Amino acid sequence: MPTITIDGQTLEVKEGDNILQACLNAGLDLPYFCWHPAMGSIGSCRQCALVQYQNPSDERGRIVMGCMTQVTDGARFSLDANNAVEFREAVVESLMLNHPHDCPVCAEGGECHLQDMTVMVGHRDRRYRGKKNTHRNQYLGPLIHHEMNRCITCYRCERFYRDYAGGTDLGAQASRDRLYFGRQQDGVLESEFSGNLVEVCPTGVFTDKPFLADFSRKWDLQSAPSICGGCGVGCNIAPGERYGRLKRVHNRYHDDINGYFICDRGRFGNSYVNADQRIDYAGIQDADGRFTAVDQASALDTAGAWLKNAKIGGIGSPRASLEANFLLQTWVGADQFSSGIADIERATVDRQLQILQSTRAINPSIKQMESADAVLILGEDLTHTAARVALALRQAVRNKSLAMATQMGLPSWQDAAVRNLAQDALSPLFVVTSYASRLDDIAQRTVTLAPDDIAEFGRHLAARLQGEPAQSPLIEEFASSLAAAERPLIISGSSMLQSNIIDAGAAIAEALCLDNPQTMLSLTAPESNTVGATMLAHPNNLSLEGMVERAVELDVLVILENDVTRRLDAASMQKLVASGTKIIALDVIENATVERASMVLPAASFAESQGTLINHEGRAQRFFPVFPPAEQRLPSWQWLLQLAALNGNSQLTALTQFDQVVDACAASQPAFAHLNEVAPDRSFRDRGQKIPRQTHRYSGRTAINAGVSVHEPQQPVDHETPLAFSMEGLNRDQPSTLIPYVWSPGWNSNHALQKFQAEVDGPLKGGQSGVRVLISSADGVAPQTTTPIGAAPNDRWQLVPVHRLHGSEELSARSDEIAELAGDAFIALSAETAGQLEVAEGDRLKVIANGDSISLAVKIVDRMAAGCVGYSYGYAATRGLIAGAHADLQRDTDWRPPQPSLIATDRQSMAVDRGNPHV
Amino acid sequence: MTQQPIQTDLNSVLSHEEIHAIDAELSHVPYKSGAAIDALKIVQARRGWVSDDCLMAIARHLDMSAEQLEGIATFYNLIYRRPVGEKVILFCDSVSCWISDCDGIKAKISQHLQIDYGETTTDNRYTLLPVPCLGACDRAPVMMIGDELITDLDDARIELLFGAHNEARTD
Amino acid sequence: MEPVLTRNIGPERCPTNLAAYQANHGYRGLRKALTEMSADDCQAVVKNSNLRGRGGAGFPTGMKWSFVPRGDACTPGHKYLVCNADEMEPGTFKDRLLMECDPHQLIEGMILAAYTIGADIAYIFIRGEYLVAIQRLRDAIAECYASGYLGERILGSDFNLQMHVHPSAGRYICGEETALINALEGKRANPRAKPPFPQVSGLWGRPTIVNNVETLCNIPHIIDRGADWFKTLGVGEDSGTKLFGVSGKVNNPGCWELPMGTPIREIIDQHAGGMRAGFQLKGFLPGGGSTDFLVPEHLDLAMDYNVIGAAGSRMGTGTMIILDDRTCPVGMVLNLIRFFAQESCGFCTPCRDGLPWSRQVLEDIENGAGRSEDLETLAYQVKYIGAIGNTHCALAPGAMEPLQSAMKYFYDDFVRHVDGGHCPYHNGTGAR
Repeated sequence: MPTITIDGQTLEVKEGDNILQACLNAGLDLPYFCWHPAMGSIGSCRQCALVQYQNPSDERGRIVMGCMTQVTDGARFSLDANNAVEFREAVVESLMLNHPHDCPVCAEGGECHLQDMTVMVGHRDRRYRGKKNTHRNQYLGPLIHHEMNRCITCYRCERFYRDYAGGTDLGAQASRDRLYFGRQQDGVLESEFSGNLVEVCPTGVFTDKPFLADFSRKWDLQSAPSICGGCGVGCNIAPGERYGRLKRVHNRYHDDINGYFICDRGRFGNSYVNADQRIDYAGIQDADGRFTAVDQASALDTAGAWLKNAKIGGIGSPRASLEANFLLQTWVGADQFSSGIADIERATVDRQLQILQSTRAINPSIKQMESADAVLILGEDLTHTAARVALALRQAVRNKSLAMATQMGLPSWQDAAVRNLAQDALSPLFVVTSYASRLDDIAQRTVTLAPDDIAEFGRHLAARLQGEPAQSPLIEEFASSLAAAERPLIISGSSMLQSNIIDAGAAIAEALCLDNPQTMLSLTAPESNTVGATMLAHPNNLSLEGMVERAVELDVLVILENDVTRRLDAASMQKLVASGTKIIALDVIENATVERASMVLPAASFAESQGTLINHEGRAQRFFPVFPPAEQRLPSWQWLLQLAALNGNSQLTALTQFDQVVDACAASQPAFAHLNEVAPDRSFRDRGQKIPRQTHRYSGRTAINAGVSVHEPQQPVDHETPLAFSMEGLNRDQPSTLIPYVWSPGWNSNHALQKFQAEVDGPLKGGQSGVRVLISSADGVAPQTTTPIGAAPNDRWQLVPVHRLHGSEELSARSDEIAELAGDAFIALSAETAGQLEVAEGDRLKVIANGDSISLAVKIVDRMAAGCVGYSYGYAATRGLIAGAHADLQRDTDWRPPQPSLIATDRQSMAVDRGNPHV
Repeated sequence: MTQQPIQTDLNSVLSHEEIHAIDAELSHVPYKSGAAIDALKIVQARRGWVSDDCLMAIARHLDMSAEQLEGIATFYNLIYRRPVGEKVILFCDSVSCWISDCDGIKAKISQHLQIDYGETTTDNRYTLLPVPCLGACDRAPVMMIGDELITDLDDARIELLFGAHNEARTD
Repeated sequence: MEPVLTRNIGPERCPTNLAAYQANHGYRGLRKALTEMSADDCQAVVKNSNLRGRGGAGFPTGMKWSFVPRGDACTPGHKYLVCNADEMEPGTFKDRLLMECDPHQLIEGMILAAYTIGADIAYIFIRGEYLVAIQRLRDAIAECYASGYLGERILGSDFNLQMHVHPSAGRYICGEETALINALEGKRANPRAKPPFPQVSGLWGRPTIVNNVETLCNIPHIIDRGADWFKTLGVGEDSGTKLFGVSGKVNNPGCWELPMGTPIREIIDQHAGGMRAGFQLKGFLPGGGSTDFLVPEHLDLAMDYNVIGAAGSRMGTGTMIILDDRTCPVGMVLNLIRFFAQESCGFCTPCRDGLPWSRQVLEDIENGAGRSEDLETLAYQVKYIGAIGNTHCALAPGAMEPLQSAMKYFYDDFVRHVDGGHCPYHNGTGAR
């Protein structure tokens, strides 16, 4: 390791790093703006200046930029030299020429990197006497607020949005001190990762729009470490709360998973927690279909009566915690339990689990995926099904350019130089899907095939990799690229709801593994705990459809956080309701299942409860309550313990604490043995204290409710976790799983993260969080023959599910902004099919399948396999459509647009109408 | 505030001749966006300026986003994103011309044409723009009117060039 | 002195066509190189000639070329030669002359340079406003293709070269070689970080040499007549001849080819005819708008890179701008700073925001609203913006050169503005 000297202090530094990284790693406060740990250096802001001395006798030295200067053994620097100090202050003074100093009304205030750096360099008095430049702001959609006057021109927004995330509709315009970062004209930002601008911007140009309408300062937020429930990736998030409302979600760094960035579903898809449709009270439905609100005790009394000597069934949920699912299954018994996943999906996720438990290939983390030098995607539009993975692949395709840079001795952090050198050179990415994917722009080759044909293509490719002759030049191209790669990555998943595609992906990976043990195979999972629910499954479990059949034999059916109407067709649902069994539904928000329940129990959301989720790679991670459940809500695991107690379940009556539930679950099967290592238990103390959820500067804790009542309530006590609803305690050096927010003296913005990292852009000091519970035997995947679903006959169309980041996922779609972006349900056609049917974008088509007719808006897509049409998956209007089914299409000329529905931009005026005091 | 996107059939914006000229440039570049500046100049040469519609049509033709092309168009001095008059006066205000009292000459032009920098005469004949040093400093002050370089400017020369314009206006 | 670069340029400045150029030994150097000399031979001659870049920085041309990877050291693909004809330095008017009047000389120089470095594609990146030069270069290139000087197997050799004229869309920063490369790639012309230098990773990521027009125009003569001959041309330390120019209040502003090392006094008094009646020489920028002022005490210095450097300025482009005693030095510096602030690409902070800050201070001083602390602020800005390395490229440090030297030589003028509350030269109107 090279040794450098900074102000007389000798430091061992990492080979190849730049001086800024070295300084930050050494705990030195060297201010910076344009550099970003994940995006490297461009040398634009000139803020990280320090003095470098040329030789031992050099006493003057010269100013160099830390981010642009590579460490060399024996080099000598000074941060404290007068000219360096003066220069850094001058940079901030220049940036302040046009900055409006509107901190009091700026949403960034209090967590603003510009504020921090200004204080750090000691700039105070402005000498500039000219007029400030001003700009017009743009409407950028419901998620991001634009305030260009605050811009300090660090180029980070453009570099993240365009270079890192592949967005095309935001960039630098004009020049000199009139630079402008925005769109060509007003409009909704197209990138699925636009929300990261909020955290990437070092000041308040891009701010969280929904948060702005319901604003609190960072120091006034109560936060907890959490896991995103938006998909199967399990990004780590840090939600913040005040006044009982979930105010915003920030990225929470996980070195192996999300790093610094999350998708917009994860950031903006959680405001359903505050929705009016949240279930606040238990309710009992009367014969007229009206619910009567009752308190917890009465609800339990009634439930107790129903449960006495009753035959009970349970439906679990792939979006509920492992613990809640475990309790329900344990209580009702495996024979009477369904994981709550419909057959069509279960077939794929079961197979997925088998593959991941036996494959020779590496089941990679996202960080590992970023190292892939050739990627094949089978059947997934990843940006919409596992968005963070898609973002990682945008980095993976750059490995070719990084290799070119290495060859030239250019460090990878020299971002602009590497891009100029490599130009449009990309590592191979192959996309084989039924319809256009959002990664097509970086694909070396896209192939458009019907679902069965994707599987067949994959099988041919696997055969070629096993030594058989290639069936086509395309197969040869794919095979030779993948075989030549050092770290090939195969990605498939369940989004097409066809296990033969996953099988084909596994076969390719297995074939590659014969020669290359670095081969990776990653399978996406549809929901936040699909893998957990599937791992928990017992062979005796019923399928969801099986449970419908069984319902007539049951007295009570407990449905855990699952809107089964999304998974069952209308006839099955009718059958379930007609069975006469009493349905007790536990859920967080009103939905079609809850409406049909005999009793509704208000469940705490992810933000008010704790639990374990197992992500697509089989990593168990813990989320913690951000704030105590309000009203009559209880976490599902507590409801279930109480219900089981009423029922006199001997296995569960001994359990009262969450940690005990975890222990019981851990004991239930060998794979879960280390479940209690996922996070520290409730007895954990750091220097005698719990970890505070509130910042040290949290205001008005005792008076926060004075507007309602002057009687100060006792601060809630958290008996279940190592976290406190308090500001007392230290947020420093704790296990990574327990970092609720990042802050460090002088670092109020999210850049404080580096104080929690063992090294910049590296793992956290507090160790890896989460435990991999899905371990492969590496025996190899046993081949499985699957019958193809079969192409549609000539006069009909095969339905393929089209996933949308905004709209396809159940809970996020209940957040106003996501609902606005989701738009109407649609039927996706190729231009050719549209021509054949004589319809244009926006026209309506009747989709007739299984005897139902649904009218959908036409959307024309760049690619759609012949004979196939896509339907917007997970939308209410397309609920009756089944993946792979054959449909008739007819022009719908009768359709009239409905009354405009409430959109997010109306929220502000609504909030005012409601007299919300916090707007 | 939401602004409606401009509704135009972008395919019909550029002429065949323009598209042909742009395509000829594509042969020199390894990827399409490499011809962005050439394409902007081709269109501007025929229309005087680059309208939003043209910008979007060019961007589409080159597989670029409108943002990317706008970033380029607004960077360069000689790409006009607003309409200009029949002739653009590029008036040198750099140091050698300044020493030779170009400020006084510019005031005369403004007086004759009743326009300041960035403005176009009411009859749409001239747009006045400042330009960096035109490289004819031995003959300062200088300017270009359209394609023509005019050197050794003085009041009489300006009177000769624009006096008639003033009269035409008063008529 | 026997004219070299301007041997085909008469006082009436008529352009030469191919026939005329050939008649005066045109393309003799190229013929010699392609028949008798290897690329390495050419490289050695140019290196030995001590030719230094005529665009402003004075970097030795042979050394610049030597950084281009050759043979096995170079990955397969194109190499590029780019002529920087984006003449936009305030007060500079030499390249226009060379291109308008003798386009073939430049083209021959470029073919030779391309041969030496192994480039197969050449660009002339020229100011969009230089319409006459653009047309004459295009005509000349067409003549060259027709006569076998460009295209495949040039003069029967194995050497191929394509040449294109690329008129700029207009931006001073395009004169910076890496910004120029970005402009050629159709991008925003922000300069690139160096290293990597363009010699290794330039246009489209490939090895690229960018040379100034005048530099390239020297090459045919160096190849044709040898390094030793070239070295004898200078009368001082440096080799060759140079186009020197003078603008401002002199009797005969113009541009002349003179030996390197010609004394400044000779250029101003003899060639430019001395100061106009009623004007005294107060100072001068020796080589364009981004060089430090020199004053009458420097008149006897030779126009050599190191001599001018030792006097605290730079030879720059060799085209002088004269400050007379009736022109306000503050106003002149303000004009220059306005220009540089306007032409900043906006990439780095000291340039983008620092120059407008300097402009504001100078405007206040020039308009009589200056404060005594403003002079300290200007000195602070010079220190902050002025050093190479403080900024991403050399634009802003160049901008500081006239300011810092004006503060040095004409400090009293700044003080008079502040103390008097108006400009002593034009009554505080700011206009002339």
